[in-house]
Amino acid sequence: MRNRSDWRMRFAVQVMVLLGVPTAALADPADRSLSPTNIFAPASTPAHSILALSLFVLAITAAIFVLVFSLLLYCVVRFGKRADDDGREPPQVYGSNQVELAWTVIPVLIIVVLFMATARVIASIQKAAQPGNAVQVIAIGHQFWWEYRYPGLKVVTANELHVPVSDPAHPTPTFITLLSADTDHSFWVPRLAGKTDLIPNHPNTMWFDPQQTGLYLGQCAQYCGTQHAKMLLRVYVQSGREFNRWIEEQSQPAQASAAVSEGKRIFETTACINCHAVTGTVADGRFGPDLTHLMSRETIAAGAAPNTLENLRLWIKNPEAIKPGSKMPAMGLSDHELDAVTAYLATLR
Amino acid sequence: MISTDAISTLRADTPSRPLVAKLHEWVTTVDHKRLGVLYIVYALVFLVIGGIEAMIMRIQLIRPHNNFISPEVFNRMFTMHGTTMIFFVVMPMLFGFANYLIPLMIGARDMAFPRLNAFSFWLTAFGGILLYFSFLGANGLYGAGSAPDVGWFAYAPLTSQTFSPGHSTDFWTLSLLVSGFGSIGTAINIIATILCMRCPGMTLGKMPLLAWLNLVMAVLVILAVSPLSAAQIMLLVDRYLGGHFFDTQAGGSAVIWMHFFWIFGHPEVYVLVIPAFAFASEIIPVFSRKAIFGYPVMVAATVCIAFIAMSVWAHHMFTVGMNANANTFFVLSTMAIAVPTGIKIFNWLATMWGGKIHFKTPMLFSIGFLFQFLIAGLTGIMLSAAPFTWHLGNSYFVVAHFHYVIVGSILFTTFGAFYYWFPKMSGKMYNETLGKLHFWLFLIGFHLTFDFMHIPGLLGMPRRIYTYEPGRGWDTLNLIVTIGVFFQAAGILVFVVNLLLSYFHGETAGSDPWDAWTLEWSTSSPPPIYNFATIPEVRSRRPLWDLKHPEDPDWKYE
Repeated sequence: MRNRSDWRMRFAVQVMVLLGVPTAALADPADRSLSPTNIFAPASTPAHSILALSLFVLAITAAIFVLVFSLLLYCVVRFGKRADDDGREPPQVYGSNQVELAWTVIPVLIIVVLFMATARVIASIQKAAQPGNAVQVIAIGHQFWWEYRYPGLKVVTANELHVPVSDPAHPTPTFITLLSADTDHSFWVPRLAGKTDLIPNHPNTMWFDPQQTGLYLGQCAQYCGTQHAKMLLRVYVQSGREFNRWIEEQSQPAQASAAVSEGKRIFETTACINCHAVTGTVADGRFGPDLTHLMSRETIAAGAAPNTLENLRLWIKNPEAIKPGSKMPAMGLSDHELDAVTAYLATLR
Repeated sequence: MISTDAISTLRADTPSRPLVAKLHEWVTTVDHKRLGVLYIVYALVFLVIGGIEAMIMRIQLIRPHNNFISPEVFNRMFTMHGTTMIFFVVMPMLFGFANYLIPLMIGARDMAFPRLNAFSFWLTAFGGILLYFSFLGANGLYGAGSAPDVGWFAYAPLTSQTFSPGHSTDFWTLSLLVSGFGSIGTAINIIATILCMRCPGMTLGKMPLLAWLNLVMAVLVILAVSPLSAAQIMLLVDRYLGGHFFDTQAGGSAVIWMHFFWIFGHPEVYVLVIPAFAFASEIIPVFSRKAIFGYPVMVAATVCIAFIAMSVWAHHMFTVGMNANANTFFVLSTMAIAVPTGIKIFNWLATMWGGKIHFKTPMLFSIGFLFQFLIAGLTGIMLSAAPFTWHLGNSYFVVAHFHYVIVGSILFTTFGAFYYWFPKMSGKMYNETLGKLHFWLFLIGFHLTFDFMHIPGLLGMPRRIYTYEPGRGWDTLNLIVTIGVFFQAAGILVFVVNLLLSYFHGETAGSDPWDAWTLEWSTSSPPPIYNFATIPEVRSRRPLWDLKHPEDPDWKYE
């Protein structure tokens, strides 16, 4: 019988080792090459404080797991019915107040510690004061795209948010007011901050202070309708100088060019202007993205496709091919008209 | 004392009757056992339907930019999958077991209100049929049908006439309203039965834990389903009578809907999981050959869970922009619930400790439950830390977490309950080899699917997206998740084959195949319509233990 018992213990050890393997595979979760939307690769203060709390919670829960799982495994291995069982019932134990008290008090203490740590992080993020030099943005969720307004800077853009990098010595955080034009949405760029919902009639705020320049990705995280999946977020973090130049360019009205007057005429005399605005022209619709500086963006249709002339033309001709269920209708233009409108849009730099 | 022989002699062979007469008996029955079986079979049918919906979604997500189904169909699939699994699979399944077992376990001949019982079942049944009729009739006269596509928690204002024209949302609302009344009826029935119908000697402190836990569950049903029904009526008023409760375009509040839904939604989790605890609390002692450890503490912990469960709902709303104080309160209440649940896990382990564990299929599923419920609880603690949930909320991590609860914990114990009480319900023994095959296939499939589903959430993948971008580190993980689904489907297939095969060709089980201790095992299998020829009288929590061990009865110690 000794042999059988050894075999069971070896089995137990092997199970423990096997469970450890996936943990080892994730040993370097901060590796951002794993994913551009990895929550373990923070690049901004709120994301950093969340990560620190997360690792603390993970460590405690991992310890509890190892302890309780070992107990379970020990019970299964040690107390399994043996082949030479005598058929008698084991001693009946009905309970023990001391033991019950122990496994009530210890979890309570653990909970107190976890709660204090969590409450601290909640306050540090939600009660952070807005410094005078903070960049202010209004983000408005639409089915199925993002509108960004920079109040005071006269800039309106869509889908690609530009913010300045924040030097930890002199922070220039970005504070975003979150609104919705229709249904619920949620703003989630994992490397910058946790998500906050955009809810109609319920303005919310969030902030981040990215410490490295670059492109940060994310997407809508609250189901908002048919094309919830292709409501992608792109945040461009630029140096202070580049950001100021971008603001300067974006605050200019569109430059008219005589060469594309036919496309401009078609654009302004069809349904396009019901939804789209081009500053400095009659187009002032607000249901769709502002197109004044369309060609300064890298993507169209809320990140669903790269902003190439072919994609732009296809998007006007048949939006279903790129983003089925989007609110952009097929415009029913002839090939010639399509070319002209595409050429006009290509001048909106 | 308990008489078993008298019962079997009373069971005369009934002459065979035409099929129509048999069906008529099933439709008009008010017998708690038949209604229990109806609930369970009904839930099994919907389990297969909901499972097929899940498979369709997983095939679509097998690789990025897949084109298996359109976004519209995908959105209907996840709405129908969630609604079906919660309201028309798990709830009826657990109500079915409660209906079948409670009168037998407390020594009663039926539920307190047999006709209300039948009425409640048929309300639930027609609720489910109404929901699925939407595939044919949702758009009424002016279009083809289409199922609801607003998600199972149907956040406003997506449910308003503006964003959800046609009638798909109305089918969702009405079917939940109808089945909700069925649930409330059953809950009232369970409470009345347990409080008023116990056999002589069975004080509240001597009830089987299953009865105690279902009593708590029934109270929670009344507290939770009522606000849901109220919210559904408000939504109907909004849609048809010009109300503006949730109509944000007219100044209504989307957040109020969230509060209404989750004050139902979180207690609902405990409505589902407490009966699962009840199964584990019956199965683990019998197969460990020991009395449950700390019975009074188990009862107290359950009541404590129910109380705390009423004050945690807004942890589903950590991302909607509540202020820091509100978030902090719900962190505390949510973390607090870990204490009584932890106590329960330790008590089950202590029950196994020092026992002689028989690894029959019901016990295997219960051990699987303990392992998975441990992990579900720990990921729950992670999610209770609000800032962590600012990342994880609405991500695939949450999806993995609640499937660990609903599949890994509730469905596992329910399968255990199936195998444990199948001999009682059918009079036949199930096939142990097929049972173990089912367990291992389902266990492998479960872990392939739901272990790996946590990781895309950590890598930024939100839920409810019909497709995703390549290059985000989600591709391989989603492939593995989808592969796991097929193992689970194979497990379910083995389960159904086992049920049918055993029902028609299984060996006769006898009245007490597990050498168990509660009253249902004192009557024949299947029990006669009146359950007990003479109403039993009990002196302890394990009346059959007393009977089998007259030299060492429980009542000397309790």
